Parts: sequence; C-alpha cells; structure tokens
Amino acid sequence: MANPANQNQELNGKLSTIAVETYRWMVLARTFEDRISNIYRAGKIVGGVYVGKGQEAFSAALSTQLRKGQDVYSPLIRDMAGRAAFGEPLIDAARTYLGSARGPTIGRDGNVHRGNSHEGMPTMISHLGAMISVVNGMLFARRLRKKLNNVVGAASIGDGATSTGAFHEALNMAAVEKLPLIISIANNQFAYSTPTDRQFACDELVDKATGYGVNGININGTDLIECLEGFGKAIAQARSGKGPQIVVGNLLRLSGHGEHDDAPYISNRLRSSNLGQDCLVKAKNRIIEESWCSEKQCDDIQEQATIEVNAAIAQAESEKGPNPYSHDWNAYSSPSFRK
Amino acid sequence: MSISYLEAIREAQSLALATDENVFIYGQDVGAFGGAFKATKNLFHEHPDRVIDAPISEDAMVGLAVGAAIEGMRPIIEMQFADFSSVGFNQIVNQAATLFWRTAVPCPITIRLPSGGTPGSGPFHSQCMETIYAHYPGTIVMTPATVEDAYSMLLDAIAIDDPVIFCEHKYLNYHLKADSLPKQTLPAKSARIVRSGRHATVVTYSAMLHEALRAANNMKNDGYEIEIVDLRCIKPIDMSTVLGSIARTGRVLAIGEAFPWGGVTSEIISRISSEGFNLLDAPPVRLNSIDTPIPYHPDLWRYHRPTASSVEEELRKLIRE
Ligand SMILES: Cc1ncc(C[n+]2csc(CCOP(=O)(O)OP(=O)(O)O)c2C)c(N)n1
Repeated sequence: MANPANQNQELNGKLSTIAVETYRWMVLARTFEDRISNIYRAGKIVGGVYVGKGQEAFSAALSTQLRKGQDVYSPLIRDMAGRAAFGEPLIDAARTYLGSARGPTIGRDGNVHRGNSHEGMPTMISHLGAMISVVNGMLFARRLRKKLNNVVGAASIGDGATSTGAFHEALNMAAVEKLPLIISIANNQFAYSTPTDRQFACDELVDKATGYGVNGININGTDLIECLEGFGKAIAQARSGKGPQIVVGNLLRLSGHGEHDDAPYISNRLRSSNLGQDCLVKAKNRIIEESWCSEKQCDDIQEQATIEVNAAIAQAESEKGPNPYSHDWNAYSSPSFRK
Repeated sequence: MSISYLEAIREAQSLALATDENVFIYGQDVGAFGGAFKATKNLFHEHPDRVIDAPISEDAMVGLAVGAAIEGMRPIIEMQFADFSSVGFNQIVNQAATLFWRTAVPCPITIRLPSGGTPGSGPFHSQCMETIYAHYPGTIVMTPATVEDAYSMLLDAIAIDDPVIFCEHKYLNYHLKADSLPKQTLPAKSARIVRSGRHATVVTYSAMLHEALRAANNMKNDGYEIEIVDLRCIKPIDMSTVLGSIARTGRVLAIGEAFPWGGVTSEIISRISSEGFNLLDAPPVRLNSIDTPIPYHPDLWRYHRPTASSVEEELRKLIRE
C-alpha cells in the first residue's frame, strides 16, 4: 500500500512543477501583452488590442494541463497565456499583431484571430459562442474515426457569451453527444461594459450546468492553485468519459474591454474587492511562500520572458506586410473553382 | 426503372457513404426515421454510425460540421427545411465560408437545403435561400433542376473541398422522374442549354426550369423558339454559356423563384448589362416571386411565384419589344 505521506509529497511535487510552469506562461503573456498595448498606444497596431490581464492564471491553468498535439484547445480573446501554454509560438502572436506577411493568417485576419488547427488549436472567429460547436465537431470526428484516444477538447468563453444561442446549442449538443468537452468560462464580471446582472439571472453561472446535465466547477479565478486543481479535475472527468464539464472562474478583468477603453464603469469597490486581486502577484507570492521558487528564480522567469518578447517583437517588426498585388485573392480551395 | 429527384438525392448519399468513410450525415430525424422527406431513407441501416440524428440546433450542427471538416471529414448537414438554415446562418457564412481563407484548411462540407415552395407550405417552409449564401465569398451554391443533376451534383458537392450549399427543390422531389441515374455529367459549375431557340433566352435554375419549359412548349405553337439555359450552379455563375446564348437570341428573361430584391436574377441581369450590353436587342427582363412572404393558400401561392403562364406573358412582351 502506498504511504499517504509519500503520496502527498508526490502530489505536492507535481503541483509545484506545474504551478511554476504555468506561472512562467502567465509572466510571458503579461509581458507580451504589456508590450503590445504600448505599441498600440503608440499607434503602431492596426485594429483592436484585447488583453487577458488578470485572467492569466485561469487561462493558462487549463491549457498547461492539456496534452499538446493531442487535445483540442480553442482560445478566445483573453487567452494569450493559454495559447502560449498550449504551445503557440510567441512569434505567431507578434506577427499577427504587427501585420507581418509571415504570420499564421498572412495578414488576412489580425490580433487574436490566429490559431493552428493542425496542432489542435482552431482559429477563432469573432462571433461569440461560435467556436464551441467547432470543438464539438473535432471531437465528434475523432470519435467517429475511432481516434478519440482519451482526447479532450476545451473551449474558452466569457460570461457575456454564455447568453448566446450558439453557446446554448453547442453545450446542449455536447451533452447530448456525451463529448469530452470542457468549457472554461471566465466570469470577469463584465461583457464590454455590461455587468453580469444584465447577462443572466441565476445566482451563479455554474448553476447552468445542472440544466444541461453536465458537471460544473466553480472556482476563484484569481488563484492559480485553485485554477490548476479545478481544471485538473474537469480534464480528468472529461477524459474518463463523464461528458462535458464547465469550469467557471470568478475574477475581474484588470483592463478595459480593449486597450481603447479605460473602463470607467468598473467601480473602485469592485476593483479593490477579492475579485480584483491580480492573479500574477498572487501566484508569485504563493510560489515563493511554498518555496517552489526563490525570489531570484521568479526574477529570472521575468527576465527570460522579457528577452523572448523583445526578440519576437523585433523579428515581427522587421518583416514586411502582405503585398496586395501578389496576394492570392481566392476564397476557394478547390482547384477547379479557383480563378 | 424510374427514379425520382428525391431518390436520386438518397442514392448519391448512399454511394458517398459507401465509398468514403469520411462522409457522414448529421441532421434532424435523418437517422432511423430517414428524414422529414425521406432523403436519407435506410441510410442509417446501411451505416448506423454515420447517419446521425442531431438536436434542433442548426448553428451547432454547422459548427460541428466545420470542426469535423478540420479533422478531414466530409460532413453532409441536412437542414430539415432551407428556411431553418437561417438559424445556422452565422456558422455558414462566417465560420465555414471563411475557414480556408483564414487558415488554409479546406472546409469540405455539404449543407443540403430542401428549398422552395409547395402548395400549403406557407411563409416558413417554402423559402429559396440561395441568394443569401451566394452573397458570401467562399461558398459554392448548387441548384439542381433535374433528377440527373440532383444525383451527380450532390456527389460533386460532397467531393468538393469547399462548403457547398446544395439547394434541392422540394416541389421536384416527387414530381420529377428519370429513367436512370447518369454515368457521365457536366462539371457542376457549368450551365446547360436545355433547349435551343432563336427568339429569346430564358436563364433560370431549379424548379423554375420546368415552368420555363412549359411556357416555351406553349409558345412553340405560335412559332416562337425559346432557348433555355439552366444555370445548375448559381455560384459561381457560368456567364459564358449565358452570354453565348444571348449572342444568338438578343433577348433575355431571367427567372427565379426567390424574392425579387437582389439575388440571382438581378446578378444575371447586371452582368449581362455590363458584359453583354451590345448583344441585346431589348432591355433584359427578370421575373421572381412577389415581394411578400410566401403565402400558405394554394391559390395565393400559385399567384405568388412565377408560373408557366406568367413566364409566357413576360416572354411575349419581351419578344414584341
Ligand atoms: C455574437 C457577438 N456579438 C457581439 C460581439 C461584440 N463583442 C465582442 S467581445 C464582447 C463582450 C464579450 O464579453 P464576455 O463574453 O463576457 O467576454 P470578455 O470580453 O469579458 O472576456 C462583445 C459584445 C461579438 N464578438 N459577437
């Protein structure tokens, strides 16, 4: 029989490794997005900039626990941390923001609209709720082809997007089809400027799980360890055939809706509440407190992130944008329908 | 042997399921029940794991198809009626139609739209939606008018690596019969000259082809020879066949069952006016249904859409011009 003391040590060891790894992605995302918003403010980014400040723990805690190259992960606008943790090269992000022709969308779409479905990360469209059923389809196809192999699929969404018909249809469909889907709902208290009491009338978003016949987990989205444990549980349940899971992370958006928005509608009371705590600061304190990392190691993580961000941005800035004259202006893939 | 338009649709799907394991059908009541119109009759028994009943969730059905296409499958989505595809509109035009452009990943999905009016079907079970979907880049829109085309074009649609909106006409389901299924066919994107003539050209598609044929037959007694072009595929449009015909006749009437504002007939007229103006001996004309929702009562319905007699009336005016 396993010795419970050893078992605890082992769990703790696993948690410490994954917590530090996730923290690393959180720092990278924050550093990158801070740089991107500065460049945006300098007027050098065309289109909007939407950041995940305050949501990094919730975002990355999901995808660090997914199996890269096997599981499916559909990120949304606040998931810089989750994307990085799922293996998206930083240069893909830099190129998309800076309009490099070498980016994954070659200039055809911008900022957060990037992905790589070959790696299990479909490219989001703007229409909220629309990506969940696409993840359903990816899982459904693998199951039909008997290639599901314990794969799970995860889709991110915000509190506002839970009001869409697409969210309802897709979650209900996943429940009916018993798909191994995890929906991570970042309840950051606002959809643009609209507070949650204009979005839903149940006490807690997680209450909706019951109605769909799926499992629901409600967590403090500012707490890295709680996020890791909550997603860990959801992923394990989905993998073991228990059907769709929804994980609601309660937190606060520590930015405007986009970088054009200074969010005057968020009250000071809310900002200084527990929801308004910065997950990054909290994670660092906890990691140091638990002696999973020293202060110095945390500084090194930050320094390393700064180096990587600088390199990616310098590289993307040095690259040309797309050339409309030599661009392939074909929306069809079939050779016989291409011009 | 005699085979109906509806049976041709069933047969094409049966063949596609049998020859390609990546094909599956997802739609409401398509499974053991065989579909609201029986277009998937027995297919579930032939391929129980690939003919699957969907919840009433048109948005998520199309989203699921896109996800499956990303994984390399070739889904067929049956909308119970074309009218309800409006609920899946977003996924069709924003997700499916843009996928290849945005990500370089092909989107080989076929969305079957049982379209068009039948007596008593009313405003929400009669619509022709081809214009709406044709408007968006990235879609291919097919509108077969014959049993042979229903079969061969559906097979093409499933094989094509882009999203195809397949508008099959409900009125033709039982009305139309052929002796056998075709072995060799025109490419799906080519129009066909169904009948040749010299006094005027009718450009049409889907069920309206048969109204045009009836009108042309009536007029033959008076010595008028009407040429008829069946577009078959309304996006892309085979303009060279259309312009070639007008070069012979100098007059054109474009007919569509869809609502008159914008749409296939206005696209045709617009292109003829700019690409073939000097071929015309008279102003180009078009005929569509009346600009109201589609009425329920059979007497109103027959009046609402173009029929052989309204086509004939337009053609006679056109020829007198
Ligand atoms: C269907 C749809 N309607 C409207 C929008 C415009 N829009 C973009 S983000 C947003 C707010 C989203 O709020 P929420 O889902 O809570 O996510 P958050 O931005 O808070 O992360 C809105 C209204 C959209 N993208 N899609």
